[in-house]
Amino acid sequence: MTFAMLKIAAAGPEILVLVGTCAILMVDVFRSPREGGSTLAYWLTLLLLLAGGVLTVLGFGQNAGLALNGYFLKDSLGDLLKVFIYLATFVTFVYSREYLRERGLLKGEFFVLGLFSMLGMLVLVSAGSFLTIFLGLELLSLPLYAMVAFDRDSAVASEAAMKYFVMGAIATGMLLYGMSMLYGATGSLDLAQVSAAVHQVVAGHADQQQLVLVFGTVFVVVGVAFKLGAVPFHMWLPDVYQGSPTPVTLFLSAAPKLAAFAMLMRLLMGALEPLVGQWQQMIAVLAVLSMVVGNVVAISQTNIKRMLGYSAIAHVGFLFLGMMASEPQGYSAALFYMITYSMMSLGSLGMVLLLSRAGFEAERVEDFKGLNERSPWFAAMMAIIMLSMAGAPPFIGFWAKWEVLRAVVFAGQVWLAILAVFFSIIGAWYYLRVVWFMYFEKARDVTPLVPTVGMGAMISVNGLALLCLGVFPGSLMAVCLMVLSR
Amino acid sequence: METFVFYVFSTILMVAAVAVITVRNAVQAALSLVLVFFTSAALWVLLEAEFLAVTLVVVYVGAVMVLFLFVVMMIDTNTAILREGFTKYLPIGLLVAVVMAAEMLMVVGSQSFGGHALPLPHPASYDNTAELGAVLYTTYVYPFEIASVILLVAIVAAISLTLRRRQGIKRQDPAQQVAVRREDRVRLVQVPTVRDIPLP
Repeated sequence: MTFAMLKIAAAGPEILVLVGTCAILMVDVFRSPREGGSTLAYWLTLLLLLAGGVLTVLGFGQNAGLALNGYFLKDSLGDLLKVFIYLATFVTFVYSREYLRERGLLKGEFFVLGLFSMLGMLVLVSAGSFLTIFLGLELLSLPLYAMVAFDRDSAVASEAAMKYFVMGAIATGMLLYGMSMLYGATGSLDLAQVSAAVHQVVAGHADQQQLVLVFGTVFVVVGVAFKLGAVPFHMWLPDVYQGSPTPVTLFLSAAPKLAAFAMLMRLLMGALEPLVGQWQQMIAVLAVLSMVVGNVVAISQTNIKRMLGYSAIAHVGFLFLGMMASEPQGYSAALFYMITYSMMSLGSLGMVLLLSRAGFEAERVEDFKGLNERSPWFAAMMAIIMLSMAGAPPFIGFWAKWEVLRAVVFAGQVWLAILAVFFSIIGAWYYLRVVWFMYFEKARDVTPLVPTVGMGAMISVNGLALLCLGVFPGSLMAVCLMVLSR
Repeated sequence: METFVFYVFSTILMVAAVAVITVRNAVQAALSLVLVFFTSAALWVLLEAEFLAVTLVVVYVGAVMVLFLFVVMMIDTNTAILREGFTKYLPIGLLVAVVMAAEMLMVVGSQSFGGHALPLPHPASYDNTAELGAVLYTTYVYPFEIASVILLVAIVAAISLTLRRRQGIKRQDPAQQVAVRREDRVRLVQVPTVRDIPLP
């Protein structure tokens, strides 16, 4: 074996992120602690994210294929998701800065842990083997557990971290068990080889062996469903959303979801595609349950972080609907949905951060009352985000739902599409309630909103992006379809 | 003979593993876990994976469990509170576990695996440490590096969650101690040796 055979260039951005993160860790350690927190670590982190993102964009679709002895799969699907992971992490850190500074939590470790978690996402996105999927997932999750508990003096945060940790461990256990079954039946950890072996089994009608494969698939799907928070594996999600410090909720609501989606694609579309008839049914059940529970329970929530948690569950239901439709159209609809959702989720929790200030957490839905009087511009942004989440035209959330529904109808599952529309309408109620509060209720809290320039600009960009992409959704859709066409 | 040895070790392993979660005393539980590691190491030796067996004993028994025992001895855990729910939920938990295990056994048995050829046993001169060394940094370099990053994350996370810089406590700063100069510590004072003492 020679060094050239590793094709290490394919993993260039990952290596850059790893080296950069270690450098930031060292720089932060050797700088004496200051009053305002680690501003230097913050700027270096943003610079690193920018560099990684640019490198990924420049290498988009190049060096495609397996690298690093088959453990690393570089393709345009991975590249697209990676670009959005960089973007989501970047936006998260920009939103978080002021909140963390006001609470004395602006430490270098926060950014370093976030970057390590992001590295895990990158590894997971371009996994070429069960081994890399598992390692990437662990690298993604471990820093997140620590970040949830980052505010050590908060009892709720510790409880959330504990729940997240235990549930995450169970999910990993399920996933590993499923993978071991698939390994036992196919004799390989390599996703491409597993796919070939599965294909052979399905084509050869070896029923006993197929049974093991389906058995393994069940556990794999359960593991992924745990990570994405699909009903009935969602119990941890609202508590973790509510208990974590808001910047951490923001972080784990966007970028890790993109990575978990990539894991779903790599496993179901990559390795287990021949078993599509089997996992379609499992995913359909998860999708329907998630939409029902997520949308109905969210209505009664008074805490906005918890409400957004249930909304995340409902959105995962929609995502699974797209996956269920399979075929390039269904997959690309799911991909489009995931990217769109991550943008909306960033905006909504970013607004919660914007309304919070030193000694005050804007955690209740009521805290949005009369926002229009306090700041018409940011009220408009929040309205865009909420309407987009509800799936109202002309915002991008509408097109995301539209594409998924179209794929589902195309796959011949009309009743599922009708069900999805019905529960989206129920779901629209709690999003519109926030809009109602902002425009038609009196403000109780009349403190003027003075966000920092970066934060205000980023929220505005985020909100306007939802509007612009909603008016011109064609290019993003085309990209989603392009990366999935084989 | 080999099968017999396997079953002996497996039985000990199972009993010890059950003991880890059932014994009342935390120290005894930790020691049972040590026994679990020892017997699994023995099973690995039976599988001719001697390097892994040695590593398991050295790393887990020698380092991790010793640290763990220290922690268990230091902290005062009230096992009564920890076990409050245990007996209450035991029947239902047991029932669910048995039903699930039975269901899973009904679906898959050992006859389900065998679609692919098992690797041939290696000759007696096979050196598995050398083999591991040959592939660890070549074939498995990517997973190996990720695993090392995970360990780094564990260190960073543990320190960031536990390190607390308290204000107003007295501590030594070695850098300051080393950098000290004579002028900072010693003040030379001229004391006159002979002084006129007024006589009474």
